[in-house]
Amino acid sequence: MKTATTNFKRFGSVAAIAIAGTMLFSACAANEDAPAGESESTLSGTLDGAGASSQGSAQEAWVAAFQIENPDVTINYEPSGSGAGREAFLSGGVSFAGSDSALSDDEIAGEFASCVPDSGYIEIPNYISPIAVIFNVEGVEELNLDAATLAGIFKGDITTWDDAAIVALNEDAALPSAPITAVHRADDSGTTKNFADYLNKVVPEVWDAAPADPFPYAGGEAAQGTSGVVDAVTNGTNTIGYADASKAGDLGVAAIKVGEEFVNYTPEAAAAVVDGSPLVEGRDATDLAIKLDRNTTDPTHYPLVLVSYLIACQEYTDAEQGPLVKDYLTYVTSEAGQAEAASSAGAAPLSADLSAKVATAIESIK
Amino acid sequence: MTTAPVSPRAKLRLGDRIFSTSTVTAGVIILVALAAVAVFLIAQSIPALVADPAELKGSPSSFWEFVAPLAFGTVWAAFLALLMALPISIGIALFISHYAPRRVAQSLGYIIDLLAAVPSVVFGLWGIKVLAPAVTPLYNWLVENFGWFPLFTPPVSGTGRTVLTVAIVLAVMIIPIITAVTREVFLQTPVLHEEAALALGATRWEMIQMAVLPFGRPGMISAAMLGLGRALGETMVVAMVLSPALVISFVLTSSTNSPTIAGNIALNFPEAHGVGVNALIATGLILFAITFVINSIARVVINRRKAFSGAN
Repeated sequence: MKTATTNFKRFGSVAAIAIAGTMLFSACAANEDAPAGESESTLSGTLDGAGASSQGSAQEAWVAAFQIENPDVTINYEPSGSGAGREAFLSGGVSFAGSDSALSDDEIAGEFASCVPDSGYIEIPNYISPIAVIFNVEGVEELNLDAATLAGIFKGDITTWDDAAIVALNEDAALPSAPITAVHRADDSGTTKNFADYLNKVVPEVWDAAPADPFPYAGGEAAQGTSGVVDAVTNGTNTIGYADASKAGDLGVAAIKVGEEFVNYTPEAAAAVVDGSPLVEGRDATDLAIKLDRNTTDPTHYPLVLVSYLIACQEYTDAEQGPLVKDYLTYVTSEAGQAEAASSAGAAPLSADLSAKVATAIESIK
Repeated sequence: MTTAPVSPRAKLRLGDRIFSTSTVTAGVIILVALAAVAVFLIAQSIPALVADPAELKGSPSSFWEFVAPLAFGTVWAAFLALLMALPISIGIALFISHYAPRRVAQSLGYIIDLLAAVPSVVFGLWGIKVLAPAVTPLYNWLVENFGWFPLFTPPVSGTGRTVLTVAIVLAVMIIPIITAVTREVFLQTPVLHEEAALALGATRWEMIQMAVLPFGRPGMISAAMLGLGRALGETMVVAMVLSPALVISFVLTSSTNSPTIAGNIALNFPEAHGVGVNALIATGLILFAITFVINSIARVVINRRKAFSGAN
């Protein structure tokens, strides 16, 4: 007995050190596979950006892919919100900003601290995300809604599922006579603003509040973040909500009336409505802010979309930022970049037409 | 000539000096930290207090109208949580100190302390995934049968994410804190008092009523204030579970609930900028003031029974 204990103690400490050392050194191993060939990129430096959290997961995918191609470049994107991002860009804190809303006229007239004075700026759409209307009603697989009914439900005017307005659009569906629980975002969100913008443009007599980041009406459930809304709709009964389409999961999605037909969302239909919309007037040629045509009647368009922009300088006071920004933006808006965003964040890729216009704008960066 | 006798001073050794200096330093550090927080809150709140109220969220007519639903919601949710947690905690503490066999008491004590270690985010997830769907049928029943009572006015929430659900989760979170402190207080009851009561023919419950509870009252109030402090400041649970709306509402079962200050900050800070950030910090200052007032009231109540209070 005594020998066994002594042996264990003597070898036990050696064994413990060996195991600890193995675990320590294995932690030093690289997590990622090294790139297959020697990358030829000569770019180096740090690039800071900030802005919309809606672009957040797409930006993560873009940054990861770009940094693999250009190992000496470090890009930091902080999803602090569209307003904070624009403010940071204008005050010179970051080199580019992501924003769900285009720059306002006041902001354009102000000072762009990162840019060389009197040089211009570029504003390009880089992220198109369809907004899905999700619902969870027992026994109902498909739902058709038009803008007026949608506005009535979320404003609180329509309170039961078997209301005449909903039944008129869905004659085959077995709608229960239960109260509707309409879930919206509790926090400020670009998704809310675009949803409200659609309703405000198509049925302004019902949805009279001006579109803004916070949800304008009292009543209905509020949940935190896209995941909160999806959770609330999933776990509740007879619920309906709006959320980024990529997070809809298995929930039923309503078809929205465009013109005379009911349209389900698809990435192509979302990109088509952006294509079919004119640019905001009275702006520089490099400012591609889009005035979304929410009133479209073309059935290949899905007008419930969120368009997010990237804002950058044409000429930077810090000359090294220019090539970095130009390359990164080129990647983000390229076919490969948009495919990356589609697979990781569920975005709708930019159409070929729009990509061409965007590429022209990016060319102007020095 | 005689001189007045000089009272001798105790000779301080080096150990005494070091110890007294370190205790004074510790006291000063905590005061400095508290002062620093107060200064930060006040300095960062001033831009929101002087700004045009129309710039704040919801375009209220004044800052006080903006913060009133938040302050009400904070106090209401914390009050409901304390109402549910306090009797249960005192019951558990009495069971551990006076009724349970020693081994059961010890293991029950460990398990209660384990509950205190669960992160609040986990409680939030439990709230939205498990508790809210589970209590929805109960809320439906309450609103159907008691809809005339002001606390259960229809319409009922379809997802169960109401202030009552939040209060239940908060109660589960503050029970360990209140239990731990009250258990210690009850164990400190003078044994002679307990034995005297029993010797005079009191039953166990009568002995507790006569000897333990009066002795432990200041301690129970301190424990309740500790729990209330945690409930007032709880952030993640409220942000995840509550369905907020900027109104003052007493109804326990509806979708429009008054938000709490901490939950509101958690929800809105990520997207806030400019004077919005200052407005959120100003609501934090109001929460600081509310906690301060409630603790002062508790102090006054405790000081009435100074002799038995451990606070002195």
